[in-house]
Amino acid sequence: MSSASTKHQDASIEPLDDTEVLRLRADFPILERSINNSPLVYLDSGATSQKPTCVYEAEQHYYETFNAAVHRGAHSLSVEATDVFEQARTTVAGFIGAAENELVWTSNATEALNLITYSFANASAGMGGEVARRFALGPGDEIVVTELEHHANLIPWQELAFRTGATLKYIPVDEHGALRMDVAGEIIGAATRVLAFTHVSNVLGTITEVPKLVELARSVGALTVLDGCQSVPHLPVNVKALDVDFMAFSGHKMLGPTGIGGLYGRAELLDAMPPFLTGGSMITSVTMEKAEFLPSPMRFEAGTQRIAQTHGLATAVSYLQEVGMGRVAAWEEQLGARMISGLEQIPGVKILGPGRDSVRIGTAPFAVEGVHPHDVGQFLDARGIAVRVGHHCAQPLHRALGVNSSTRASTYIYNTTSDIDSLLNAVNDVRGYFGVGK
Amino acid sequence: MSELDQLYQQIILDHAKVRRGDGLVETAPGTCTGESMQHNPVCGDQIRLRVHMDGATIKDVSWEGDGCSISMASASVLTELAVGIEREEFLGILEEFRELMRSRGTKQGDEEILGDAAAFAGVSKFPARVKCAMLSWVAAEAALLAANS
Ligand SMILES: Cc1ncc(COP(=O)(O)O)c(C=O)c1O
Repeated sequence: MSSASTKHQDASIEPLDDTEVLRLRADFPILERSINNSPLVYLDSGATSQKPTCVYEAEQHYYETFNAAVHRGAHSLSVEATDVFEQARTTVAGFIGAAENELVWTSNATEALNLITYSFANASAGMGGEVARRFALGPGDEIVVTELEHHANLIPWQELAFRTGATLKYIPVDEHGALRMDVAGEIIGAATRVLAFTHVSNVLGTITEVPKLVELARSVGALTVLDGCQSVPHLPVNVKALDVDFMAFSGHKMLGPTGIGGLYGRAELLDAMPPFLTGGSMITSVTMEKAEFLPSPMRFEAGTQRIAQTHGLATAVSYLQEVGMGRVAAWEEQLGARMISGLEQIPGVKILGPGRDSVRIGTAPFAVEGVHPHDVGQFLDARGIAVRVGHHCAQPLHRALGVNSSTRASTYIYNTTSDIDSLLNAVNDVRGYFGVGK
Repeated sequence: MSELDQLYQQIILDHAKVRRGDGLVETAPGTCTGESMQHNPVCGDQIRLRVHMDGATIKDVSWEGDGCSISMASASVLTELAVGIEREEFLGILEEFRELMRSRGTKQGDEEILGDAAAFAGVSKFPARVKCAMLSWVAAEAALLAANS
């Protein structure tokens, strides 16, 4: 267990403050909305973030100015569109510490994770030749995930195991949802070929000890796949410093548009993997019998790409960079701490997940004794407060916690302390409304 | 009354607390029974509902479930309505209830037909909650079909 004071923030970083956040909020017109006659308090950024005007203006600007097919044809517009598309790749790759040819565009994290598993399945079926052999799985091989995973980083691995005859194992959580690091070293063993795990739990907001898991995987020669969906938007993330082989993330959770996400992979690996989707734009030469494929990233970008969306995501990334990810993380840590300590003080409210010592992003999963999460969410919505209720696409984790569903409030760059206080005031009234605990 | 209060009518909150039919009743050998398990994958609500028949009459309804106050209260109200009436009569009530749930707040529940279930009229204004209210009714419909076959 980590010691009490290991927070993820460097103390020298100056967090955002309410004044600055109020200024940023002017970039998010949707936050001016009123919902059920109350000002919107958006605390569901874990599901999807709101987007600043510059992001969708960038998409509009692209359509008004550059729209053309990329990597095809020699006319000027096409050349300019290709520049926009590749400049976006440079920006977003730089944001996560990757080289340009190490970032593959996908529609979201789900597709990125499926890209890996389908590619490995193809390698397992003998495709991709000698160089792809290292990705081939079969009976006797083991894939290891964790019990924390979002379904997007679980089901593709289950399917890959079914397809190849490999065995799926997992690192369990304890009854509070803390990853059982004490047994990780027994589960990750000589037969482990892949270790796939989340950087931050989408339910609990807890941050996984990446270096320890990477070290365990490396020591047995296993590939590492990180689900960065909840970390890339909220923490400074550098794939080289984390030393993972792959990382998946989604643009829509980090101020970007829907329909765009990315897969980071070490260049040497991506270039050796067989493609997932095949067709136009990803080949060198094609005969009626067979095709040769381009190297990464184009090898994995079959068909006409999401050009406007990549431009939108790059604009979102520049916005985050201008504010500074360290400052975003420090601010959200403050908001998260206020939320958790405030909720804990409300009679009948219990925070889910490991104790206060654990390192979390601005996420508070909680239970109100005697009131179902769905009813909690409905009550909050009547006051304009948007939170997530349900199993958050993590049924196994909920089962381990002994519940079917939970309520989750999650913050982002545009949340103020007053948002948190609105939440706390409203949660304080929940049990009274439902006539519980009187 | 606020929309929230229309959704959470006192009758509904009462049924959610004191639930009729909660706890599955064991089947005696030779009795005609039907059972159905229903899930709402969106929120994780679930119910297993069992009917015991005596010819065309619904002799007993019992269930076990986990879910929000709307889904649990709905199962309780359904139990109260269904026990002791004929299958066809119940299916008529179910159709009335389903129509009410689809009305998006445009219909008042007919208390003559629906009894306490009329209190769910406010639910129809919340499309995300209609599934919660329908869960046990869908289970009852499927259980009756199973008992019939
Ligand atoms: C941890 C985690 N992994 C994966 C996903 C899937 O992301 P998407 O639905 O954008 O593909 C999510 C989103 O909810 C998530 O929170």
